[in-house]
Amino acid sequence: MKEAAAALKRKRAWHWLEYVFWLAAAASIFLLPSQHALLTQIAIWSLFALSLDLLLGYAGIVSLGHAAYFGFGAYVAALFAINFYGEPVTGLLVAGVAAGLLGLITSLLVLRGTDLTRLMVTLGIALVMYEIANQMSWLTGGADGLTGMPVNPVLGVFPIYFITTNSYVYVLVVLFILLVIAKRIVHSPFGYSLRAIKGNPLRASSIGIPNNLRLIAVYTVAAAYAGVAGALLAQTTPVVSLTYIDFQRSADVLLMLIIGGTGYLYGGIVGSALFLVAQKFIGNVTPQYWEFWIGFALVVIALFARDRGVFSIFERIIAALRKEKAKS
Amino acid sequence: MNALETVNLEKRFGGIVPTNDVNLKVREGARHALIGPNGAGKTTLINLLTGVLKPSKGRVMLGAQDITSLSPHKRVSLGMARTFQINQLFGDLTPLESIALVIGEREKLGTRFWQAFGSNEKIVEEATVLAKQFGLADVLAERTSSLPYGKQRQLEIALAIAGKPRVLLLDEPAAGVPETERHEILETVAALPKSVTVLLIEHDMDIVFGFADRISVLVDGKLFVEGEPKEIENDPRVRAVYLGERADD
Repeated sequence: MKEAAAALKRKRAWHWLEYVFWLAAAASIFLLPSQHALLTQIAIWSLFALSLDLLLGYAGIVSLGHAAYFGFGAYVAALFAINFYGEPVTGLLVAGVAAGLLGLITSLLVLRGTDLTRLMVTLGIALVMYEIANQMSWLTGGADGLTGMPVNPVLGVFPIYFITTNSYVYVLVVLFILLVIAKRIVHSPFGYSLRAIKGNPLRASSIGIPNNLRLIAVYTVAAAYAGVAGALLAQTTPVVSLTYIDFQRSADVLLMLIIGGTGYLYGGIVGSALFLVAQKFIGNVTPQYWEFWIGFALVVIALFARDRGVFSIFERIIAALRKEKAKS
Repeated sequence: MNALETVNLEKRFGGIVPTNDVNLKVREGARHALIGPNGAGKTTLINLLTGVLKPSKGRVMLGAQDITSLSPHKRVSLGMARTFQINQLFGDLTPLESIALVIGEREKLGTRFWQAFGSNEKIVEEATVLAKQFGLADVLAERTSSLPYGKQRQLEIALAIAGKPRVLLLDEPAAGVPETERHEILETVAALPKSVTVLLIEHDMDIVFGFADRISVLVDGKLFVEGEPKEIENDPRVRAVYLGERADD
């Protein structure tokens, strides 16, 4: 009984690697000032990928249109700042709620049908959102983008407007808070019910889980997270354009998550860090080969790693090394 | 009082009628068995009872309540549980997690996204006790997908019991279980509390006659005959369509 409860507790406890990671992230504020622009990008993509992980890794919903919520959040944040109030945290909340509402409404379409249908519907929703943003140029700036967004100091005290390091701190803190909340959610009874639905929807409904309601709930949360990520990019850039919402973004975030691995919340962070760092360095050396390497990585991961992304490759290598050591 | 009843239940798939005007009555507290040759429509009937399929005609009653239009999960919350002929488990979860999940859902705590799973001691304790009853004490924290088949079969039934159902549908509980482990499953089934009404769908006649106090025979989508085990055993028509068929195997 005691051991049983303890075993459950261990699963939700913080792993030592998580402490190391967040200490390193905090240290990077002081130690890597030259990389803060890149790190800010990584943190924003991480949050975006984290939101997709809530869908794919925990609820088993595949999406090729997650940029719809990211872009929507970004436009909402920018328009809110331009027309009402430029305080960033308020903007994040407004963008999160708006994107969550969009998620709630569109989830009713997405959750009909099976995987392939869902994939197509998510793709379709993102295309529709893209075209709406493009056509409503009087509001969104269309292809020219939306500029002139005021970015006040965070909570009235911490300026981030064109201050790279402060922007990074702001984004990192938001990522940390939302990751802690996500961790809480996935280790709750609600989170376990999502895993049950992902693992076996037939059985989940026969133990009394209302599958669709739970999936609608997580889809809404994931959309809200994506909206916050979009708002963060808008506030730190501060230009919102159609690239926020295009197919490339939906595809890239899925790639990052798959590279980093699904279902443990840090996959999006690992994946987006690898993706963006590799993009920067490989892109600097041989820009024309970037697509080659990302494609190559994807094939390797799809064949050998699956769920845990690059981590399972490390695990395999470590296991193999241990075996070697045991032999000698 | 009938715990479970169907009224003129019918299901059509095009020209095929796997359930044809079935009036099944399962009495409160009964150990009722539903038998029938392959293709008699047993699986369709259980899917109609649990809400996986919607009937073309007729009604399904749980106690006094018409549940015909209710979704599967709503039927569960009204006290109906089922097991599956082929294990339907949560491979990534442990038996303890799976059982605790069922208990949590039963207690309507499944939406608590702010609480830690497993922090409710009552639930963990109940899950542990139940797991022990089903011979799962030594594998509580193992991944379900790594368990031997016999254990998985026990868990399959434990998950249904954990919901504290009033009516339990057992779909061939001993299917695929090796002869050596079979008695464990049968003991489990026999030890179910008397307050639970059980409808057993079974192929194995030894199990049926050892367990049931009432038997319905389904043939070609229709209720062919119903009665006490003795009557069914000695009914020449049943022997002809069902037991006779077995003798030919």
